[in-house]
Amino acid sequence: MKILTILRKLGLVLSLAIVVSTVSAGETSTLKIPKAKQNFSAEQACVEPTDVMRRQHGLLLKHYRSDTMRHGVRTLEHSLVACINCHVTADEAGNYPTVHQGSEHFCRSCHTYAAVNIDCFQCHTSQPQESFSADMGPVQSD
Amino acid sequence: MNVSIQNRRSFLKKSAAITIAPGVLLYSISQAHHAEKPVKSTTRWGMLIDTNKCVGDCTGCVDACTEEHNLTEDVPVEIKPTWIRKVTLRDKQTGRESSLPIMCQHCENPPCVDVCPTGASFKRDDGIVIVDRHICIGCRYCMMACPYKARSFVHEALENQKPHSPRGKGTVEACNFCVYRIDTGVGPACVEACETEGHQAIIYGDMNDPDSAINQKLKEVSSSVLRPDLKLNPGIRYQGL
Ligand code: SF4
Ligand code: SF4
Repeated sequence: MKILTILRKLGLVLSLAIVVSTVSAGETSTLKIPKAKQNFSAEQACVEPTDVMRRQHGLLLKHYRSDTMRHGVRTLEHSLVACINCHVTADEAGNYPTVHQGSEHFCRSCHTYAAVNIDCFQCHTSQPQESFSADMGPVQSD
Repeated sequence: MNVSIQNRRSFLKKSAAITIAPGVLLYSISQAHHAEKPVKSTTRWGMLIDTNKCVGDCTGCVDACTEEHNLTEDVPVEIKPTWIRKVTLRDKQTGRESSLPIMCQHCENPPCVDVCPTGASFKRDDGIVIVDRHICIGCRYCMMACPYKARSFVHEALENQKPHSPRGKGTVEACNFCVYRIDTGVGPACVEACETEGHQAIIYGDMNDPDSAINQKLKEVSSSVLRPDLKLNPGIRYQGL
């Protein structure tokens, strides 16, 4: 997959930032990233190896968004909806946090820490929805 | 006959046909929810709306659209999102009234695409016209260019969007033919609602596919488009106007 090679190269700079934040997180424990609901497979936690996901998720999402929106390709790997469904977990009361509410939200937890502003969620929902199941995507009513 | 189910069946049939072993078949059916190939320019999605079957005071299609895309924000009426609306036409001479829904007509030559300075307003290969809101700058040229008044602008910040239907402040939106449903083999929400209401006034499908219900119906009955003088060749056709 050509995109991954490009992504790996581009990722070098960002990876430094992640290392720094992980180290300082160990000391100050300000960075708490909620765990995903399930592993992608027995061998792999997410749809790509964790280091690729850490550095490249933005680019993967952007690539996938063009495939989906322009060409109607709708697989679940690299889809924002599937990310949200698996990664955004409920709090003790069983409520899902929105990205606008607190650092319990998966995306927010890291992006606030890294001081990166994301505007995905002005349009996209940041919460999983009941009608969507992790492995089936949108449950169609028919 | 339930058109959306019929289409879904033929979709499943096709994906089953390319499988080689029973074990693989199961997998392929669960994958049938997801479109893995890019859409093709040999497809041309369209609808045929029978105005004789469309019932004047029924708003099933409009309500379904509102629900499907969560067009429910509490804003003044002049800035309410309108992806589909019911219109009553009255022949002044005879007094005959007909009722019909009007949504984005998914023009073959869409003026909204011509005028867009960023390429946000675009037509997919299969004829569905949508807005790429990642690059829409909210200039609203497309709203002015559309002769069918099909587009809306989002004026206020939104919450609680549906996962399959992202929408947001500062961008233009319109009927997207329920594109994510189409891609996964299910019919648009308005078509489904019209069936549920028992009116079956709308059929949809690939107008280029000789086996599709819409292709056959279009061959059989006389239909027309709105404002044919503009030569936009819309994908939405009306019967009985
Ligand atoms: S009806 Fe309007 S918005 Fe839809 S394709 Fe035609 S010009 Fe564009
Ligand atoms: S409002 Fe958005 S989609 Fe419409 S013409 Fe301007 S940039 Fe294009």
